[in-house]
Amino acid sequence: MLDAKIPEGRLEQIWPDYKGHCKLVNPANKRKMEIIIIGTGLAGASAAASLGELGYKVKAFCYQDSPRRAHSIAAQGGINAAKNYQNDGDSVFRLFYDTIKGGDYRAREANVHRLAEVSADIIDQCVAQGVPFAREYGGLLSNRSFGGTQVQRTFYAAGQTGQQLLIGAYQALERQIALGNVKMYNRHEMLELVTIDGKAKGIIARNLVSGELERHSGYAVLLCSGGYGNVFYLSTNAMGSNVTAAWKTHKKGAFFANPCYTQIHPTCIPVSGEHQSKLTLMSESLRNDGRIWVPKKQNDTRKASEIPEDERDYYLERRYPAFGNLVPRDVASRAAKERCDAGYGVGTSRQAVYLDYGNAIQRYGQIEAGKKGLASASNDQIISMGKEVVKEKYGNLFDMYEKITGENPYEIPMRIYPAVHYTMGGIWVDYELQTTVPGLYSLGEANFSDHGANRLGASALMQGLADGYFVIPYTIGNFLADEIRNPPTSVDHPAFIAAQKDVEDRINRLMNIKGKTSVESFHKRLGKIMWDKCGMARNARGLQEAITEIRQLKEEFWSDVRIPGVVNEMNFELDKAGRVADFIELGELMCIDALQREESCGGHFREEHQTEEGEALRDDENFMYVAAWEYNGDHNWNLHKEELKYEVVKPTARSYK
Amino acid sequence: MEHYNMNLSLKIWRQKDAKAKGGFETYQVRDISSEMSFLEMIDVLNEDLIREGKDPIAFDHDCREGICGSCSMYINGKPHGPWKATTVCQLHMRAFKDGETVVVEPWRANAFPVVKDLVVDRSAFDRIIQAGGYISVNTGNAVDGNAIPIDKDKADKSFAAAACIACGACVAACKNSSAMLFVSAKVSHLALLPQGEPERKTRVINMVTQMDKEGFGSCTNIGACEATCPKEIRLTNIARLNAEYLSASLTIDKEN
Repeated sequence: MLDAKIPEGRLEQIWPDYKGHCKLVNPANKRKMEIIIIGTGLAGASAAASLGELGYKVKAFCYQDSPRRAHSIAAQGGINAAKNYQNDGDSVFRLFYDTIKGGDYRAREANVHRLAEVSADIIDQCVAQGVPFAREYGGLLSNRSFGGTQVQRTFYAAGQTGQQLLIGAYQALERQIALGNVKMYNRHEMLELVTIDGKAKGIIARNLVSGELERHSGYAVLLCSGGYGNVFYLSTNAMGSNVTAAWKTHKKGAFFANPCYTQIHPTCIPVSGEHQSKLTLMSESLRNDGRIWVPKKQNDTRKASEIPEDERDYYLERRYPAFGNLVPRDVASRAAKERCDAGYGVGTSRQAVYLDYGNAIQRYGQIEAGKKGLASASNDQIISMGKEVVKEKYGNLFDMYEKITGENPYEIPMRIYPAVHYTMGGIWVDYELQTTVPGLYSLGEANFSDHGANRLGASALMQGLADGYFVIPYTIGNFLADEIRNPPTSVDHPAFIAAQKDVEDRINRLMNIKGKTSVESFHKRLGKIMWDKCGMARNARGLQEAITEIRQLKEEFWSDVRIPGVVNEMNFELDKAGRVADFIELGELMCIDALQREESCGGHFREEHQTEEGEALRDDENFMYVAAWEYNGDHNWNLHKEELKYEVVKPTARSYK
Repeated sequence: MEHYNMNLSLKIWRQKDAKAKGGFETYQVRDISSEMSFLEMIDVLNEDLIREGKDPIAFDHDCREGICGSCSMYINGKPHGPWKATTVCQLHMRAFKDGETVVVEPWRANAFPVVKDLVVDRSAFDRIIQAGGYISVNTGNAVDGNAIPIDKDKADKSFAAAACIACGACVAACKNSSAMLFVSAKVSHLALLPQGEPERKTRVINMVTQMDKEGFGSCTNIGACEATCPKEIRLTNIARLNAEYLSASLTIDKEN
């Protein structure tokens, strides 16, 4: 059994007690200690800024041309916090409870409670940095609803909340760069973790402009490299989002936890053809006002406008009256898949459902007419006023939809379909966010810690910033306090030389294959295997087939991939090849993990384990654990289990009815 | 939406590295779907080039949702191409007709040197932010988020300015390669908020000084930047920057 090192005590006292008793590093010593941070999204940028402020010497790495472009920037809807500004009954406990329940009782109580505790501080910090959250006319912060909750606790900045939060963290980071506390390495990719006597001591990074390899040493390495959704090829992740940094640490001893927990987001723009390179999310906030429906008749080819009200099936409202269109993401996605598989899908592909704003436009229009005292307003006037309100709330999302599809969502319902969006699984960490490799930490989406088997909307931003601003500054000190007596590690240490040699050999091996098939086509094939067999619904036979197919794909990749150009130049194909090679190995582990988890929970739906109504059927007796995988050579992993103990929340069948 | 396929002739800037002399190469692409994004069309071309054993075209891109600000192509004489308020990644091929010739270049500005093909170095923008584009507040120092109410109108204007994605299209569109729209967006974002007040004067002076040092040109009020900005950052921000700069220059205590 793996030990998460959760301190003893009453749940709400654990974090305050930890902060009161953890070891500290004095300012003079902080100046001597270098910390390496991989990734500059919300987790990485907030950690780099906060640790720089504390006086540590930080080196931050990102593959983009600027830290401000990390994919946190694309998060749309919002960030949760237990502020209870709406007086609607929210509290730290309720946010904790919703997150545990939303995660289908597969997350750690102590971590989630800490997350809920610091959530309010995040909002304060961001406001102080100048994050322009939406406000009411009285000048106070505005909130909206998100899936899986019945209170309004989501703070937002139109449909660009991630952008605004990341810019806040980025500006704090740039300030520390200007002050000399952080050194930034743009267009760099971590390609190996260096360990000495089992401890993380540095990295090998490749300069993506010159192609040169660099050695960087430090007292600790923070992995803030995001999720691995691109294993599916098509996802809402950025094109460059990858698992490589995390995978390298996994192969050097960091356990990978719950890799099969993937979040499929219900409201994305459907695939339009073979050329598709990525998918675009339409924010969950749209489910606040939009209604989701399909025709009641199978294979109905009529236009949406020609289908009368009583021939529409608002299937979420029908199946889940209590939460309606605001059920959690996993539930909404499966319900959409169920309807489409049963022949009720819409659009040319029949792989889509409608997200309809007709009702909301009418309702808002009537409110506006009421406010303006226009009792005799015509229907056209009402609709036009309603459109204005919807435009103010969701305008940028509607514009984006129109650019991509060429259809006007103010006039005809949007077509949406689920797509891979987030990965709850990740590098295993203990309560202090330390991995199984001492000195190596993992923050944000890159770790597995807080969302169990399903993440609630507006919680990813919260977790990334909680880890970076408010958790790591304490927990890293507890580790580094004992490292002060050790001198800095020289990059001439044999471990660095050997690690660099390994990276060089691997790159040369890739370049020398000189096969016939592009990296992209391998990635597409991997994505298809994963989506078909380890996607929204999984079964034992499909997973076994997938494992065989992925192994074959790996062999083909390593004998037939074609990478143009040379090593010592900007070579995006080479960068991508390394990433796809790692995705292929991860894909196998995801299937192995999905195969061993003989239950359905959250985003992991095993067809063999469902209720008569088609709801996920958990098996708490046998599977109430975190599956943490230890790498043990090619195609070989050992399973370690961390038992999940629920002392405060009593797990029940999750119901949103 | 009706779909159609098209054949296009592409003239694309190729440049091996920062030091090499670049030039246009012409490529033909066939059966491009009107449903593709512009970058997906380049993906198709790159797959063809790889198959033929040639070097694919290097270009910056990441989120492909119009928000990360990575993509930076100058298409038919316009940054980000023909659509208003749209980044290249959101530009779709229905903007083009069968048989058209499309010219693709990198951003052109002294402060944005070409790295390879269509990739440029925009680190000057990061350095301008380092000069003062932030509020100096360490983690943990904040008061309650609702302690300071902010006039909704100002908060909305601040947000509209903060929507800048730092893609650099404003610089690329300007005949003087001025970065005034970018700098003014950041100055406005922070100057409109009470939290930005303490550093208001030093911020604007330091950011403008850094902008000049990076080699960006002067603003001559043409407005090409506003017309091309994918996030519709308004020219009024430049007016605000000028006012902030003038007021700061006149009133700042230079002894400090």
